[in-house]
Amino acid sequence: MIRIENLTRIYDRTPVVNDVSLTVGAGQIAALVGTSGSGKTTLLRMINRLVEPTSGRIWIGETDAATIAPHLLRRRIGYAIQGHGLFPHRTVGQNIATVPRLLGWSAPEIAARVEELLHLFQLDPAQFRDRMPHELSGGQQQRVGVARALAARPEVLLMDEPFGALDPVIRARAQGDLREIQRRLGTTLVIVTHDMEEAVTLGDRIAVMDKGRLLQYGPPAEILTRPATDFVQALIGTGERPFRLLSLTRVADIREDGTCDGPAVSPESSLRDALAACLWHGRDCLPVEGGGIVTLTALRARAEGARAEAMATAGEGAQSKAPQTGGAAQ
Amino acid sequence: MTDLQISATGGTAGRFALSRTGLLFAALGAAGLALPLVQFKPNRIVLGDALWLPGALPFGWLAAALIACALFAALPQRLSHGLRLALAVAGLVITLASLGLAAKGLMPEGNRMARVAPAAGFWLLFLAFALMAADALARMRPGLKTRWAVLAGGILLVGLALGSGLLDQTSVMVEYAARADLFGRSLRQHLLLAFGSLGMALVVGLPLGILAFQVPALRRAVLSVLNLLQTIPSLALFGIMIPLFGWVAANIPGAAQLGVAGIGIFPALMALFFYSLLPVVSNTLVGLTSVAPEVRDAAFGLGMTRGQVLARVQLPLALPVVLAAVRIVLVQNIGLAVIAGLIGGGGFGTFVFQGLNQTAMDLILLGALPTIFLALIAGIALDLSVEALSRRGRSAP
Ligand SMILES: Nc1ncnc2c1ncn2[C@@H]1O[C@H](COP(=O)(O)OP(=O)(O)OP(=O)(O)O)[C@@H](O)[C@H]1O
Ligand SMILES: [Mg+2]
Repeated sequence: MIRIENLTRIYDRTPVVNDVSLTVGAGQIAALVGTSGSGKTTLLRMINRLVEPTSGRIWIGETDAATIAPHLLRRRIGYAIQGHGLFPHRTVGQNIATVPRLLGWSAPEIAARVEELLHLFQLDPAQFRDRMPHELSGGQQQRVGVARALAARPEVLLMDEPFGALDPVIRARAQGDLREIQRRLGTTLVIVTHDMEEAVTLGDRIAVMDKGRLLQYGPPAEILTRPATDFVQALIGTGERPFRLLSLTRVADIREDGTCDGPAVSPESSLRDALAACLWHGRDCLPVEGGGIVTLTALRARAEGARAEAMATAGEGAQSKAPQTGGAAQ
Repeated sequence: MTDLQISATGGTAGRFALSRTGLLFAALGAAGLALPLVQFKPNRIVLGDALWLPGALPFGWLAAALIACALFAALPQRLSHGLRLALAVAGLVITLASLGLAAKGLMPEGNRMARVAPAAGFWLLFLAFALMAADALARMRPGLKTRWAVLAGGILLVGLALGSGLLDQTSVMVEYAARADLFGRSLRQHLLLAFGSLGMALVVGLPLGILAFQVPALRRAVLSVLNLLQTIPSLALFGIMIPLFGWVAANIPGAAQLGVAGIGIFPALMALFFYSLLPVVSNTLVGLTSVAPEVRDAAFGLGMTRGQVLARVQLPLALPVVLAAVRIVLVQNIGLAVIAGLIGGGGFGTFVFQGLNQTAMDLILLGALPTIFLALIAGIALDLSVEALSRRGRSAP
C-alpha cells in the first residue's frame, strides 16, 4: 500500500506537485495521467525519494518513507524508468540481478530468480541471459527493464511510461502481460502514462493531474462518466467516451442465451471489440465462444446506461463534484 | 581507400585495373631505388660516398631486380590482400638484408672509424614496403586477436632482424655495440620516465577527475589550471623544473634525501607528470559525464549508494575514455621523454643530444629509432585494448 499525504514539490518557487493526497491499496494499480509537464514524473519520483518532497508525507505500507535511508527504501521499491535505463556494460542476467546483489542474496538464489523472471517475461534464459542490452529489440529491453524492477520481489512497483517506445501491437500485449504478472505477484503498482486508453485498460484507479494538482482520482468508470472538471473531460476525449466505457466490460458479463450466426467472439474480449465485430460483419448479434450470444441491442443499452449516468451527474452540478474528488482522494 | 580503375581498353579491362595505393608504393619504391642505398663514411662525422643498391653489394643487381618485381607485382588491383602482404614482407626482408650485406662487404677489416650508414634510398624502400604491409593488413580487416598476434609477430621480427647479426655492421648497430651497457640503462630510464609519469598521473588524475565530476563548482578551476600547464612549451617546462626543484632540494629539509633534485631523472619525471594530468583528468571527467542520464537514474532508482553508482556503473562505462587518455599520455610521454636527456634525466634522449652535439647522425638514430618503435607498440597495444573494452560495453546506442 502507498499513502501520499499533502505532497508538494516546489522548483524555483513554482509548485510542480501541489498538495497531492492519494492512496493506492495493496495489490492495486493506479494510473497517473495528465498532460506533459503536469508533474507525473515528479510525483512518482518522490515516492522512492529520487526527488525529495518540499512538504508532505509518504507511507509505504506501515513505514514513513522519510525515516529510512533513500537507498534502502529504493531497494524495496521496484522502479522501471522511461527508456528502460539498462546498464549497457552488463548482461541481461546481470542487469536483472542488480537489486538482489545489492541485498546480498546468495549466488544460487540470484541465478534461480533471474531464470524465473526471464521465463515470466517470455525470454528464453539460454538465449537471452548472457546477451548485452544492445543486442535486444526495444520491446525486449523494456521487458528486461521491468524484470529488473521486479527482481527482489518489491511490494511496490513504480513505472514511468514503460510502454512509450512500443508499437501498438506489442504494447497491447505488454499491457496484458503486466496486468497478469501484477495480479499474480500482488504488487502495488503506480504507472505514469500519457495514454488515456492505457490508463483505462490497466488502472484500478486513475489519477488525473494538471499543473501539479490532482484533479480527480477514482475508478475508470467514474472518471469516464463523471469527469470532475472540463479538463478531465477534455483529456478523456468526448468522442471516445462511449468506446472507452464499453472497453471496461467483458463480453461474458452481458452474455445472453440463444444462438445466432457469424464468427464467435471470446467471452474475455471487451464490449468494444464485440461492437466492432458486429459492425464489421454487419450483424445484430454474434455467438460467444463456449455458448450464448451478444446482441447489438445489449451493447447499445450498456452505452446508453452509462451515458444516462453521466448526464445525471452533470445535471446535479458542482456540489457533487467536490466531495467526489475529495472522497476518492481520501 | 578506394581503388582507381585504370582501364586500357574501355570497359572490358578489369584485369589491367591498377591499385591506387599500389601505384603510390611503387612510386615511393622507385624513388628509393633511384637514390643511394647507403653512405660509406671513413669516419662518423664526414658525409662520405653514396652507393646505389646495384653497386653496394655482390648480387646488387639481383636484389634491385627482385625489389622492382615485388613493387610491380603489387600493382594489380585484383591481387589478394594476403599475396600483397607476402610481397611487402619479402620486400622488407630483401631491403634489410641488402643493407646488412652492403655494410658487411664495405666495412674495412679492423677499422673502427668507418661507418656504413643507411641513406635516403634505404629509408624510402623501407617506408614503401612497410606502408604496403600496413595497407594490406588493414584491408584484411583482421579481428582483435589477429591484430594482437600481428603486433607480437612484428616485435618478434624486429627482434630477429637485430638478433641475427645481419645488421651488425651498419652504422647504428656499430654505435650500439660501442654502448650496449648505456643503451640498456637508457631503455630502462626511458620506460621509467614514460610509465612512471603515467602512473603518477593516474594516481593523482583519476581521483581529481572524479572529484571534479562530483563537485561541479571545482571543474572550471581544475581544468583551467591544467590547461595552463599544458600550454607551456615542453622545453620551457623542463627548464622551469631545474631551478624549481633545485630550490626545493636545497631549502626544504628532507627533500633532497627523498630524491628531489633540480637535475637528473626527478625533474624530468615531474615535467612529464604535469603534462599527463590534463588528458587524464579531462577524459575521466568526460567519460563520467557522458554516461547516459537514464542509466545513472536507474542505478540510483534501484537503490545503489553514491559510491556504488560510481564504482559499478559510471567508472566502468567511463573506462574506454580513460584508456584513450592513457594511450594519448603514454605515446606523448615516450616521445617527450627524449627531452629528459637535456637535463640529465637519462633515457634515449641521451643519445639524441650527444649525437646533435657531435653532429653524428648515427648516434641520433640510436636514440630516435627505439623511441619511435616504443611509441608505435604502445599506441597500437592501447588502441587494441580500448577497442576490446568498448566492444564489450556500449557499442550500440
Ligand atoms: N529538477 C527540476 N528543476 C526544475 N524544474 C523541474 C525539475 N524537474 C521537473 N521540473 C519541472 O516540473 C514540471 C513537471 O515535470 P514532470 O517531469 O513531473 O512532468 P511530467 O508530468 O512527467 O511530464 P511528461 O509527461 O512530459 O513526462 C515541468 O514543468 C518541469 O519543467
Ligand atoms: Mg514524465
